[in-house]
Amino acid sequence: MSQIPADLRYTKSHEWVRTLPDGSVEIGITDHAQHSLGDMVFVEVPEAGRKLAAGDACAVVESVKAASDVYSPVAGEVIAGNAELATRPELINQDPYGQGWIMRLKPAAAGAGGLLDATAYAAEVAAAG
Amino acid sequence: MKKPEPLIFELSQPGRGATAQHPPGVTAELPQRLRRRSRLPLPEVSELQAVRHYTRLSQMNFGIDTQFYPLGSCTMKYNPRICNSLALLPEFLGRHPLAPASTGQGFMSCLFELQEMLRQVTGMAAVSLTPMAGAQGEFAGVAMIRAYHRARGDTARNEIIVPDAAHGTNPATASMCGMKVREIASRPDGDVDLAALDAALSGATAGIMLTNPSTLGVFERNIVEIERRVHAAGGLLYYDGANLNAILGKVRPGDMGFDVIHMNLHKTFSTPHGGGGPGSGAVGVGPRLAPYMPVPVVSKDDGRYRWLDERDLPQSIGRLSGFMGNSGVLLRAWVYMRILGAEGMRRVAEYSTLNANYLLARLVEAGFDAAYPGRRASHEFIITLKRQARETGANAMDFAKRLLDHGYHAPTTYFPLLVPECLLIEPTETETREELDGFVEAMAAILREAAADAATLKGAPYTLPVRRLDDVRAARQLDVAWKPAAA
Repeated sequence: MSQIPADLRYTKSHEWVRTLPDGSVEIGITDHAQHSLGDMVFVEVPEAGRKLAAGDACAVVESVKAASDVYSPVAGEVIAGNAELATRPELINQDPYGQGWIMRLKPAAAGAGGLLDATAYAAEVAAAG
Repeated sequence: MKKPEPLIFELSQPGRGATAQHPPGVTAELPQRLRRRSRLPLPEVSELQAVRHYTRLSQMNFGIDTQFYPLGSCTMKYNPRICNSLALLPEFLGRHPLAPASTGQGFMSCLFELQEMLRQVTGMAAVSLTPMAGAQGEFAGVAMIRAYHRARGDTARNEIIVPDAAHGTNPATASMCGMKVREIASRPDGDVDLAALDAALSGATAGIMLTNPSTLGVFERNIVEIERRVHAAGGLLYYDGANLNAILGKVRPGDMGFDVIHMNLHKTFSTPHGGGGPGSGAVGVGPRLAPYMPVPVVSKDDGRYRWLDERDLPQSIGRLSGFMGNSGVLLRAWVYMRILGAEGMRRVAEYSTLNANYLLARLVEAGFDAAYPGRRASHEFIITLKRQARETGANAMDFAKRLLDHGYHAPTTYFPLLVPECLLIEPTETETREELDGFVEAMAAILREAAADAATLKGAPYTLPVRRLDDVRAARQLDVAWKPAAA
């Protein structure tokens, strides 16, 4: 059973969103996503300053099985991509909700509108089997 | 287990060589200032060592000449030897690509007939043979769609719709042509979701790229409705020829309303592939895109063949190869189609589909789960090992690796991406029932083994020169160049 921390928000496409104390948000992919994709071999993160609309492809995660786009769950401007992932893509497998974060974003609007809470995301994952 | 074969560099001993292979007297003619001062780091082995080394490497091949090769969506079928023999006739091989058309009428007549046969079997208005590979054929197709919209001043159309079951080359092609990719979902039964299609269609739609039958191994039942809606929105339809083998002589992309198609001649029409080329991605076009075809194209006027070039097709997207595509592949395709005829091509579709459905039914009997139960398979089908992975811990990759020990090339694994733990299996029309039965027995044996002893599967293969590779390390440390040890 994959981990789904209660304090985060989620998307159907398996990204998570954490609101930081300064109002910015941290984004990564879920434990379920990293487990389905398998061992990561390459991660491309966005550069600071890039403006994203909700649903824009913002990063690429490549595993031994597949290369997948990561979609920005919210609109905003990129503050930082996780540079550590360039040399240690396995951090996404080892610690998807911590050291495996992908980018930090200054959201265009406050709040987590349209995102799923942990219970709703768990139901999505269960429905997908 | 066989011993791993060393690299030829590792066999090298200074001073060894095969003098018979040295070109005589070349260095004497070369001015001193142009000669190397240091030796090239080439391996030095005897002639017999070289012969044995490459013979042993050839014996390690896992290919269609030695094994069943059900690699889904790749159509690894047997290519009749005669196609190759005739394409290698000295009159073809010796023809200079710059020779004038007047001395190449025989060669050009083959290409003209090939264009005509492909046109008829696909129902398109015209065919260009120049793209040198499937990816280049795709590129030509989307480039023509772009040229069509631009010529009409319809410049806002910059989106290509791609279903989530598509080959990864489709979105890559659209991006190469400067288009934005709109991905749409498939329904649980494998057909395109028409509501998702409607939501994606707009004044920005340049076209849609479809594979039919799709990589889910099913025929798109809504193709007529999809065609109507895409054309009504002002977009064009691109047919990816990856799975053309399933419908040869049965259904024609032109009749389905496609505006442009690419065909992998190396795959459907008898050139051995899988080794990286050469290939041919011939394109067929409907009337709307005919002016934009890549050149050259062969035409026949008053019994003489001539090349159509930019002067004849001023709106052409241009040239994709120096001369006329990969002529050897084109000649093999011509021989293959002439041998089969229209009736033989229908049999290709019938037997490839029959073999796939037979294999699917027998694997389901043996305890495997079809990913799209209730759907008839096209020439390929998907089984999902999700249940087995959960119950036994042995996943699709473990099954695939264990098949190698049974003497079968593994099917495609983990593609298409939307089916978990999947194997995409394509037996092709050239296999016998006995061969298919043998594959089912091997799969059933592996299934029993997974239940009893999943750890054995995890370590497979055991009988090949190289055991399970470390996929992760291989991908993270891409270091494949041999370097001599520091002296």
